[in-house]
Amino acid sequence: MAAFSAVKIPPPQFTTVRSSSQRPGSSPAHFAHSPSAFNSISFGSAKSVRSRPLFAVSSDVVSSDKTKPASSSSSNPAVTREVALELYEDMVLGRAFEDMCAQMYYRGKMFGFVHLYNGQEAVSTGFIKLLNQSDKVVSTYRDHVHALSKGVPSREVMAELFGKATGCCRGQGGSMHMFSAAHNVLGGFAFIGEGIPVATGAAFSAKYHHEVLKQSKPEGLDVTLAFFGDGTCNNGQFFECLNMAQLWKLPIIFVVENNLWAIGMSHLRATSDPEIWKKGPAFGMPGVHVDGMDVLKVREVAQEAIARARRGEGPTLVECETYRFRGHSLADPDELRKPDEKAHYAARDPIIALKKYIIEHGLASESELKSIDKKIDDVVEDAVEFADSSPLPPRTQLLENVFADPKGFGIGPDGKYRCEDPLFTQGTAQV
Amino acid sequence: MASLQMAALLSAPSTPVPSDRVRLGALRLSASSSSTARNGGALVVRSEAKVSGGGASARGLSLITHAVAEKAAAASSADSKPGHELLLFEALREGLDEEMERDPTVCVMGEDVGHYGGSYKVTKGLATKYGDLRVLDTPIAENSFTGMGIGSAMTGLRPVVEGMNMGFLLLAYNQISNNCGMLHYTSGGQFKIPIVIRGPGGVGRQLGAEHSQRLESYFQSIPGLQMVACSTPYNAKGLMKAAIRSENPVVLFEHVLLYNLKERIPDEEYVLSLEEAEMVRPGEHVTILTYSRMRYHVMQAAKTLVNKGYDPEVIDIRSLKPFDLYTIGNSIKKTHRVLIVEECMRTGGIGASLRSAIIDNFWDYLDAPILCLSSQDVPTPYAGTLENWTVVQPEQIVAAVEQLCK
Repeated sequence: MAAFSAVKIPPPQFTTVRSSSQRPGSSPAHFAHSPSAFNSISFGSAKSVRSRPLFAVSSDVVSSDKTKPASSSSSNPAVTREVALELYEDMVLGRAFEDMCAQMYYRGKMFGFVHLYNGQEAVSTGFIKLLNQSDKVVSTYRDHVHALSKGVPSREVMAELFGKATGCCRGQGGSMHMFSAAHNVLGGFAFIGEGIPVATGAAFSAKYHHEVLKQSKPEGLDVTLAFFGDGTCNNGQFFECLNMAQLWKLPIIFVVENNLWAIGMSHLRATSDPEIWKKGPAFGMPGVHVDGMDVLKVREVAQEAIARARRGEGPTLVECETYRFRGHSLADPDELRKPDEKAHYAARDPIIALKKYIIEHGLASESELKSIDKKIDDVVEDAVEFADSSPLPPRTQLLENVFADPKGFGIGPDGKYRCEDPLFTQGTAQV
Repeated sequence: MASLQMAALLSAPSTPVPSDRVRLGALRLSASSSSTARNGGALVVRSEAKVSGGGASARGLSLITHAVAEKAAAASSADSKPGHELLLFEALREGLDEEMERDPTVCVMGEDVGHYGGSYKVTKGLATKYGDLRVLDTPIAENSFTGMGIGSAMTGLRPVVEGMNMGFLLLAYNQISNNCGMLHYTSGGQFKIPIVIRGPGGVGRQLGAEHSQRLESYFQSIPGLQMVACSTPYNAKGLMKAAIRSENPVVLFEHVLLYNLKERIPDEEYVLSLEEAEMVRPGEHVTILTYSRMRYHVMQAAKTLVNKGYDPEVIDIRSLKPFDLYTIGNSIKKTHRVLIVEECMRTGGIGASLRSAIIDNFWDYLDAPILCLSSQDVPTPYAGTLENWTVVQPEQIVAAVEQLCK
């Protein structure tokens, strides 16, 4: 069946199975439309799988796919020039920023676990550029580019990575905890899966504001995007939140960035049924699979999913087939992934593909794109300079922000609240 | 649930200083004991957002000399209302109801809180009054709905998450530790989490090991979390309201056996301070620090002790994290002997932390080693006799005081 819907997201396909006596697993129709490659994967060894990608969704849609109704001829681009350039700039920013992170890490400017997003830019740009300021984004530890796409200034993100006081979290969060109240980035979570309930809560809050507090907006409900990976899709919190989101029709979109690897664990070795989009209909919500290396396809799916959520029709599960060009983190030697798999996806680099699309459709010239590249390079350089010259957090910052209300540190022996103690504000009090 | 019925007495005196003797069971309080160091009477404490300089009087230190709340000392006797009697779970519900009425962003989430009214009836009637979204019946997914509570707290709501039994919140430990406690800090102060996590815990009547857990010891290390334990209808309502109004994430520990305690509480609105301890019975000879259900075992032991000629000072610490070192310290400076009676296990319990806090701060005032009576480090057995021996019983408390005061 059409796992990927070009324009409309179909309602869940398996509703009949629930009501009939057929059990989902035994229905022959269930597997009828799976690519033949899939059946061999279920029983074959992992090795046979690595030699070919799991979902051979066409990657050449960016260069005018004749079957796609929206762009049936090369003279009808799917997006306007402004949008195309916006998407291009955002993806280039993501790529350039992450490359600079790698450089800075190896120069000893940032430490710890740094997880880079190279190769997955189409997912972040495709989704987040459709959001309003009041929509929320929740991510995992691979969150730099989500924050950037949502609008957090590169300076703040870089300063946060350097651990400076001018970082978006005052240097207290780090690479894996990017938060921004101004841009509604709700983190940045180190444990996989723990951001999904938080995202569900943000969506619940949007529904609550609309129904209980009667604070409705003309455009509809505020939407929450939860980004996470293939490894997370085996985690309990994922399933629990799919259930609750559909139960209460929360305005949330579960975006699975399936890059086939959870550190060194292949998705196929970890998952009984690797087709993640199928888990949506199991909970009653639409499940969509999309080529995550193609920003225009992602954007199209995102548009429909976001519109659904705004209208109050509930959640959508979107599985984006994508790939990370670098290792899991900068500490990962990345020895398990085969070179031909990497080569296959390198050939589908989303930025190169969009660039080709833009030029072929005459939306902009090569030199215009180059000037965007240069502009982004300057932005990233400026971010590094800013971060470099920013001050480190002072000792006085240590005990701030532990509690929103510092009375939570309690009453000291002298009868005063500890937060009134002068040593407290110097960060030297023992609490 | 088996109920602990305790008759509460009407407050007799109309003057702030308890010059009359008030009977609490057979316990007789003598006002001559040591009122001098404290503000007389039971002031109704309102939690202020602003901290008004140091000193007991400025903070309005509440000295509840008995479990019954007196009317406010400031109010004249002419307009004092008689108060109303209710059970502890009703007091919790009253507090919750008042806060939900006052602030439409306050909502409740948990299993069976809505249509069922809560498995201990704390939310009975609230779903009918406020609707299914404000009193949300969740599926059985503690980790996720606690995380959902945290996410909604970050985005403008003030949820009260109920764990049907505190032990179930072990499933939510990921969210409580990482997100509830720490998220305000890791976000650099950008997001506050004004969530209340509450539920009954403690050893009940033969509920078995898993339903008899004391999670306060497990949660106490989490930075950024405040923990309070209620023990009477009066402080249950006051702490519930304070916890909801607090900008910090607060875990409110209730006890399965205390839900049917009856007490007369004021009609007028009151909010207690989350960080303060409660003086249950002033005394001279020994400081007994306790909380939740053990307060009643201590008071029962106190009856025996008074008959034997001892004068114990009993403090319900109420605030499990942070400790009210002022009230505790003043008491130690007077009595020089400390006994901690808790229901936590010996290892890593609240008593263990309290002991080290006292040693750090009040070592010079101690005349004897700090004694700590805790539950045995044993999964609570089902058999009634064994269960009784796991927790601290009044006889042990009496013996410990006698040993301390030798």
